[in-house]
Parts: sequence; structure tokens; C-alpha cells
Amino acid sequence: MIAGADPLFAHGVTGVVILIVLIKVVVGFAAWMGAVTMMIWFERKAISDMQSRIGPQRWGPFGLLQTLADGIKLFFKEDLVPAEADRLVFKLAPYLSLVPALVTFAIVPVGGTLHIAGHAVQLQVANPPMGILVMLAMSGISVYGVMLAGWSSGSKYPLISSVRASAQMISYEAALGITVVTVILVSHSLTTHGIVLAQGQGVWHWNVIRLGVVPFVIFWMAITAELNRPPFDVVEAESELVGGFNTEYSSIRFALFYMAEFMNTITMSAIIVTLFFGGPAGWVPPVPHLRWVFPILWFLVKVGLFAFCYVWFRAALPRLRYDQVMDLGWKRLIPLSLGWMLIVAGFLVAPGWGFVMAAAVLLASVVLAIAFERGASRATGPESVLEPVGRRPLPEERLRALTEREEG
Amino acid sequence: MSATAYALPSIVVFVTAALLIVVGALGVLAVRNPVHAALSLILTLFGVAVAFIAQSADFLAAVQVIVYAGAIVVLFLFVIMFLGVGRSRHDHVEPLVGQRPLAALGVVVTVGGVIALLASSHWVTGATSVSGSSLVKGTGNVRQLGTAVFTTYLYAFEATAALLVIAVIGAVVLARRERVTEEAE
Repeated sequence: MIAGADPLFAHGVTGVVILIVLIKVVVGFAAWMGAVTMMIWFERKAISDMQSRIGPQRWGPFGLLQTLADGIKLFFKEDLVPAEADRLVFKLAPYLSLVPALVTFAIVPVGGTLHIAGHAVQLQVANPPMGILVMLAMSGISVYGVMLAGWSSGSKYPLISSVRASAQMISYEAALGITVVTVILVSHSLTTHGIVLAQGQGVWHWNVIRLGVVPFVIFWMAITAELNRPPFDVVEAESELVGGFNTEYSSIRFALFYMAEFMNTITMSAIIVTLFFGGPAGWVPPVPHLRWVFPILWFLVKVGLFAFCYVWFRAALPRLRYDQVMDLGWKRLIPLSLGWMLIVAGFLVAPGWGFVMAAAVLLASVVLAIAFERGASRATGPESVLEPVGRRPLPEERLRALTEREEG
Repeated sequence: MSATAYALPSIVVFVTAALLIVVGALGVLAVRNPVHAALSLILTLFGVAVAFIAQSADFLAAVQVIVYAGAIVVLFLFVIMFLGVGRSRHDHVEPLVGQRPLAALGVVVTVGGVIALLASSHWVTGATSVSGSSLVKGTGNVRQLGTAVFTTYLYAFEATAALLVIAVIGAVVLARRERVTEEAE
């Protein structure tokens, strides 16, 4: 009943099955923690190369052990709790941002299906029937880590950061969910295993091409905003908020937040690969006995590519202003993802309906554009909005309002 | 209830879920700090999600976490943080005089009614037991739910959607008061 879609439990839960599950969990966790330390090293090294610096080099070859050294250092530093802090929540928050990153990775298929001792073993820690919805649920939960960390610090800037975080993450979750729906529509499956299988017949069946690139771009932007990675990291904007939500954190609790960020980066790269790039799908050379290795290699290559893109974003793109982040989420991504979902659904019913939907979406976007235009030309200062929070009048808007008044 | 013998794992799952729900619910009532109360509410919501999974309602469980824990409680917290009611010093002032006895009366009536309904019959289906789902093998949760929502309950579904849109537009209209006309004069 609880087993759901996983064929491992098809013949009942025996000792061997439990052992296989345990091995999957332990191996998955260990490999993933290794990947996280590598990711931290990779990000620092890649950014330092882009900025003509040397980067970490002291510990181990090419500075590979730098993360380990940092971890040991942070373990032995003093753990401070501010006097104004809410102690319980302050200590709980780092784990709340760590756990969702961990759980999400459990549903990512990293390889094909193995046959061990008469059991079909899918190379993913878990394959629950609600599948990709686990990812959405966990990305919803991951807000709490940032939010509660900022609030419980009992300090002003972290509080602003946590209010920003909650607003931003809720805004982008809608676009995220709608693009996931388009993927589910063409895959006919909620499970990550099913989504990957539906893309298995070659590059032209990958969802990034089948869905016409737009959902992938929306998803990528939305997930970057969910992660608070640059260029959407207004939550930890140093120039405005000191260090953001983790200003008051020190020692190993700070390290947990730091780790959670890199865990999330890897996990979400893996989720992008699963949803849009066929997961472990790829060309398998005719090698005896080792055919199962190549899907894993393909998966690692694809995830590495996206991890590099995240590093690249951090090095290359300037941070968006807070109101730009909100505008992008609400006025661009949500309408676009909704419209694209309608078009995809239309084409799934019949090509004729697809064109009807495309025409309808075109019409709606014209109406929306007119609405945006009219809305932008209205006075939006502190006088016209009850609470002047989150939308200060920009300098050019002030100027425009002044000039219009003089002309009128 | 029927005389089905329950397996040990499902008893463990049920007890865990029930403990999460009850402890969380009591926490919401007992805790002074509104943020802690919201956190207790999340505990309850997770317990309900676990209970849903134990009943093979995977989709409902996921939606429960996405919508309630992931969005609605976040909005609660957002408002609590925004208004800064985290450390209220005016707990002793009772805004509504005499609300406590009335609340107690309301609780007794509601709980009594629910127990009476449960004892006589199931209050939605009219049956005395809801065990045994209509889940046909090979068709998932989502397919059945989708079919039900877009055929049998289409009218209720669309009415709810319209109601929500009206509520959103109303909220926007109330929050955005234009003063352009006054300034122009």
C-alpha cells in the first residue's frame, strides 16, 4: 500500500529489500556529501579563475581539502547566540534549511535500473508515487530555514532579509509549480522515474525540446530565485543587509547554512536535469557488464554543467534590485508559464486546439501588456499605497511624476 | 468500526501521525509566542500529511504540504513578522469581554455535534464506515481526483475559482487607494 511505484517492494518487504534500501540511503548520502564539498571547492576555484585570483590552494592538491579545513575551523569556533534571539528557533533554523535539500535529492534518479538478487533496484533513493511533488513541497518548506533564522536573530537586518525571503519564495513558487505541471502533462507521470523514462528515446524527446525551451527557462529562473542564488540573492544582499538572514550566526550553525546553499545548488541542478534533460539518459556504448555505469556518468556530466552555470551566474551577473525581482516573478514569469501551459495542453488534445490556445494566449498577453502600461503610468508613491513597503518610488518615477505635474 | 486486524506498521504510522497532529494542535493553543504557535501548526499539518499517505492519498498529502505548510503558514509568519507582534506585552488585555465562556460553550457544542455525527453515521457519505477506497488498480490518485473535479464537481470547482478571484481583486482594490484625483487639483 505504501510501496507505491517502486518495483523493489513488489514482492513484499523482506530482509534483503531493507538491506538494499539501507545501502541506497548510505551510498547516496555519502556520495552526495562528497559532491557538496567538491561543489564548494569548485565554486571558489571557478570564481577565482574568472576574477583573476588564485583561490584556495593550501590544503591538499589544488586546494581540494580547503572545505574540510574550513569545516574543522568552524567547528572549533565559539557558538554565539544573541541576547535578543529566540533561542529555540535560532537553533532550529539551520536544520530546517538543511533537511529539505537532503530530502529533495532522494527522489532524483541518478541511473537506470539494476537487477540485484532477483530484485529490480532503481538507482534513486526513493521513488514515491507523488514523485516530483515532493520537490515542490520541499522547496516550499525550505523557506522556513531562511525566514526563521532571520526572525529569531532578534536583529533588524536579518528580519528585513527574512521578510524578503518569504515574499520572494512564495512569488516564484507559483511559476515553478505551473512549469512542473507542463512537464507532468507531456510525461503522463508524476514520478521522477516516469518523467525520465518518457525522455529516454533520444535527445529530441528531452522535455527541454518537447516543451519548446520556454518552460525550461522559466523553471531555471524560478528555481534560482527559490534558492536565493545570484542574481536573485536579495535576501543576503551585503550592500543593503550586512549579511542577510545569517548575519548573527557563527560557528557550525553558519556552516550549516553555507552547506545548505551548496546542497540546494546541486540538488536543483539534478532536478533540472531530471525534468528537462532526460536525467541519466544518453548514449550507451556496447560494453559488456558495464552498461549501467554510463547513465550515471551522463547524469554527472549534465549536473556538473548546470552546477557550473550557477557558479558562472554568481561571477558574471549583477544582483537584481528587490522590486525588479518581484516584478519579474509576478508580471513576467507567472503569466508566461500559465500561457505556455495552456498552449502545451491544447497541443496535447489536438493541434487545432493548440493553435486556438496560442491565439488566446497572444490576445491575453496583449491585454496584459496594456494593463501593465496603464498601471505603470499611474502615480505609485507612498501616498497611493497604504504601506510603503517593498515598492518605493524609483528616482526616475519621482522625476516623471514631477514633470507630468508641471506639464498638466 | 469493522473488525479488521491492523498490521503493526500501520498502527505505528497512525500513532505517530496522531501524536504529531495532537501535540501540534495543543501547541498552537498553549504557546504564547505567535511564531511558535505557527510552527506548532506546521507540525499538525505534517501529521495530517502522514495520515493522508497512510490512507494512500499521496496527492492530497503532497498538496497539503505544498499549499498549507509551504504557502499559507508562510503568509501567517510573514504577517506576524511584518507587524512585529512577536513579543507582545499586552497579553493581559482582553479585547472582547466575555469571549472565553462563549468560546468554551462553542467548543462543547461543536465537539458534541461531531461525536454525535460520527457515532450515528459518516456525515459526508452517510455510511457507517469509509474503509475500502474506490482506487482501481492502475489508475492513480491524480487521475481519479482530476476526473472527479472536472466532471462531477465541475460547477463547485469553477464557483470556488471565481470566488477566489473575486476575493483577490477585492483585496487589491481595498489595499490600493488611489489619491491621484486629489493631487491633480
